[in-house]
Amino acid sequence: MANIQVSTKINGDTYEFLCRPDETLLEVLRDRIGLTGSKEGCASGDCGACSVMLGDRVVSSCLVLGAEVEGQEVNTIEGMADGGNLHPLQRNFIKFAALQCGFCTPGFLVAAKALLDKNPDPTETEIRYWLAGNLCRCTGYDKIVRAVLHTAEEMRGQARG
Amino acid sequence: MADIDRLEKVDGFKVVGTRPNRPDGVDKVTGRARFGADIHAPGMLIGKVLRSPHPHAKILSIDTTRALALSGVKAVLTSDDFGDVPAMHQATLHNVMAHNKALYEGHAIAAVAAVDVAIARKAIKLIDVEYEILPHVTDVDAAMAEDAPLLHEDNFTSGIDPKPSKPSNIATWSEFGHGNLDEGFSQADIILEREFTTEATHQGYIEPHACLATYSEDGNSEIWCTTQGHFLVRDTCAALLDIAVSRLRVTASEIGGGFGGKTVVYLEPLALALSRKAGRPVKMVMSRSEVFRSTGPTSSSSMRVKIGVRKDGRIIAADAHLNYQSGAFGGFIAMLGAMCAYACYSLENVRATANEVLTNRPMQASYRAPGAPIVNFAVESVIDELAVELELDPIEFRLMNAAKEGDRSSYGPVFDQIGLIQTLETARDHPHYQATLAKGQARGMAVGFWFNFGGLTSVSLNVNFDGTVTVSVGRPDIGGSRAAMCQMAAEELGIPYDNVRTIIADTSSLGFNDTTDGSRTTFANGLAIIRAARGAIRDMCARAAKTWDIPEEAVEWVDGCARPCGSNAGDFEPMCIAEIARKSPKTGGPIAGHHEVNAEGAGVSFAVHIADVKVDEETGRTDICRYTVVQDAGKAIHPAYVEGQYQGGAAQGIGWALNEGYVYGDDGIMQNPGFLDYRMPVCSDLPMIEAKIIEIPNKGHPYGVRGVGETSIVPPLATVANAICSATGVRMTQIPMAPPVLLKAIEKNNKQV
Ligand code: FES
Ligand code: FES
Repeated sequence: MANIQVSTKINGDTYEFLCRPDETLLEVLRDRIGLTGSKEGCASGDCGACSVMLGDRVVSSCLVLGAEVEGQEVNTIEGMADGGNLHPLQRNFIKFAALQCGFCTPGFLVAAKALLDKNPDPTETEIRYWLAGNLCRCTGYDKIVRAVLHTAEEMRGQARG
Repeated sequence: MADIDRLEKVDGFKVVGTRPNRPDGVDKVTGRARFGADIHAPGMLIGKVLRSPHPHAKILSIDTTRALALSGVKAVLTSDDFGDVPAMHQATLHNVMAHNKALYEGHAIAAVAAVDVAIARKAIKLIDVEYEILPHVTDVDAAMAEDAPLLHEDNFTSGIDPKPSKPSNIATWSEFGHGNLDEGFSQADIILEREFTTEATHQGYIEPHACLATYSEDGNSEIWCTTQGHFLVRDTCAALLDIAVSRLRVTASEIGGGFGGKTVVYLEPLALALSRKAGRPVKMVMSRSEVFRSTGPTSSSSMRVKIGVRKDGRIIAADAHLNYQSGAFGGFIAMLGAMCAYACYSLENVRATANEVLTNRPMQASYRAPGAPIVNFAVESVIDELAVELELDPIEFRLMNAAKEGDRSSYGPVFDQIGLIQTLETARDHPHYQATLAKGQARGMAVGFWFNFGGLTSVSLNVNFDGTVTVSVGRPDIGGSRAAMCQMAAEELGIPYDNVRTIIADTSSLGFNDTTDGSRTTFANGLAIIRAARGAIRDMCARAAKTWDIPEEAVEWVDGCARPCGSNAGDFEPMCIAEIARKSPKTGGPIAGHHEVNAEGAGVSFAVHIADVKVDEETGRTDICRYTVVQDAGKAIHPAYVEGQYQGGAAQGIGWALNEGYVYGDDGIMQNPGFLDYRMPVCSDLPMIEAKIIEIPNKGHPYGVRGVGETSIVPPLATVANAICSATGVRMTQIPMAPPVLLKAIEKNNKQV
């Protein structure tokens, strides 16, 4: 099978790569581009550890083919902080001890940011259902949900100025 | 002067008990942290494993010719590549690669290394294996039958005297207890005897096993891997490959969860052996299906519990027999189950016996308080039923019989200072237990026990010239423990938390450390760090004394500084750690502390869980509406991560209670080896989990620390079962209590009523 040439934007930078037709976006990010922040927990769309933004949608990058992102914009955990400034979600995940092993964390952060971008004032239930596609085996989710709730409040406060 | 062995820390902690940001936090929220699979090496090959499609089969031949002929394949590995190993490593070797027989579906048969993953995948399909299929057994009771297929012809049950005359699938027999059961039961007013079963669950860490191994031509080799114990990986791989321990350096990556499942080797010896054959680094990563089919689930079980009480509420006799399924190789989990069975109770007549049973399933590995949740489900269910019969509040009934300091435990030792009674009282008085139930909800509770361990520990602590401190420990940080290590060092040295950095050193940089399991890390590392810090303080006081030209005894350490003390010490300004460190080249060289110990005195701990549930009687679905964990931490160094342990254990236990379980067909093949069908709790399945820390100090640790990681998974199975019983009137004797199972039980009960 011939490799496919793909041109895309990842975290704002232009990338060109060759990939096999059956190669997933997750494999491309991790093994070709060297962005290992997105994790593989299942490769079947069930754990969310590989969550990235494709345009304005959260996707499981293990279910997207590398070839599909031609001409699109991909944003990963590596692009979430603004230079040296952590995104408030990143800061609050640390502050609220919302990670233990931290393996699920990139996926949760990407998914949670997508939620807050759409809905700045989610209820606990909305957060729980939005994040239901991300598995965490360590925390029991309590501190993750609290970190997201707190961040939403903090960001609303800032938005109001 | 600092006394290294001083045990009590006077109160008034400055850093311990606070909630600082963890040192690895930023790396983990930015994607920078490197886990097992996040590494590449120049010239690296990819390794893949061929696994048995049969649960039990003789391997007649393996032909690797076609695989080796494929362009890009650099090495193929079979059991022939391993020599004899010491007896203690034989089961491990035969588990990482089948020798003569495949013992479970997913058992490794051969492995390849190729230039990329696509070729490696193709190559394993080109390995030709001829099998003779044998009858198999995956059920624990069936495996004990007279005519059951034997896994190991040479397995004679250990723990029985005299040795049995015939081989069987029972690997070990264990027995614990004291008193006279017959006498006890003869005095009982009520005796309940019940049978229970539980299904196997997987630890479910989100990060699959992964490693990178490099074997160099000069015999020096390196492994990078995700593990709970890199010293164990080193020593095991060295034994399996017959290389000197000093030649192998193992570095632990960041670890994406383990819960006991990463305390054994799977890929590491294969990757190293492939690298030795191919002369290039080899990286191996498991798929999720391989994780389920080939790595450590916990036991499934069948159990019988019999408890007798007097009308006044006193438990007078208790007996239990457990059969724990251990997969293809025996272990020690059934024994631990028997030891834990009645540990919460003060009993005069008690016995617990256990069989560890071999089946054609993956070799069981430890899972958080291994063995304890299973038996706890059975015992705490019967205790609950007795409380109902006696018309006693379930917590009061437990308080009447709770183990306390000075009692002989059901597994032998006499309890030291323990916090069970305070834990129960705190739960009883907790707002959750006192709250009126919401409409349609019902409440359940249970208590649980875990030993906690100490063990071999070696740490070093270096004072840098600017007065900051670097601590090296040898146990992977699985849930934020580096923060607690920094806190204890900072507390002892009297310096800010941010001035201490803790790293996980590789196996060539420190003495042996037991694995991160048994809830030992904060206890045992902490003990050693505190003593290492006291050693450094003693040295720093001596340096100050030398500078001031006064006796060493006339110097004390306060808030990070040496100070003259006593009447004739003279009048000098305190000399702080940064100054002492800066001057250290002139006062004797670098300043460091270290400590090596076989840490004893890890205090046991107890937890009480309370759940409010709602059961949908039309579907059998159980919702957890409110959940509280009350647990003794001894002393919580970083309370947020202690709470996290309580919450995480509870969530795993709830998953075990309600949904998780290995499903086998008659063909002996696991039917649900993926996260879609093996359903672990997701965010929308759970409520907030309230974590209430209580602190009954452990005398074995300078700050009173007890292990906290495991106890929290012990009570949930029974807690949820007891709540379901109060909701529906149905006493479930089977785990998981998945909707179809519960629905059937409810329907059966409704017919009877
Ligand atoms: S790795 Fe993509 S969802 Fe699990
Ligand atoms: S923190 Fe370990 S899986 Fe979420």
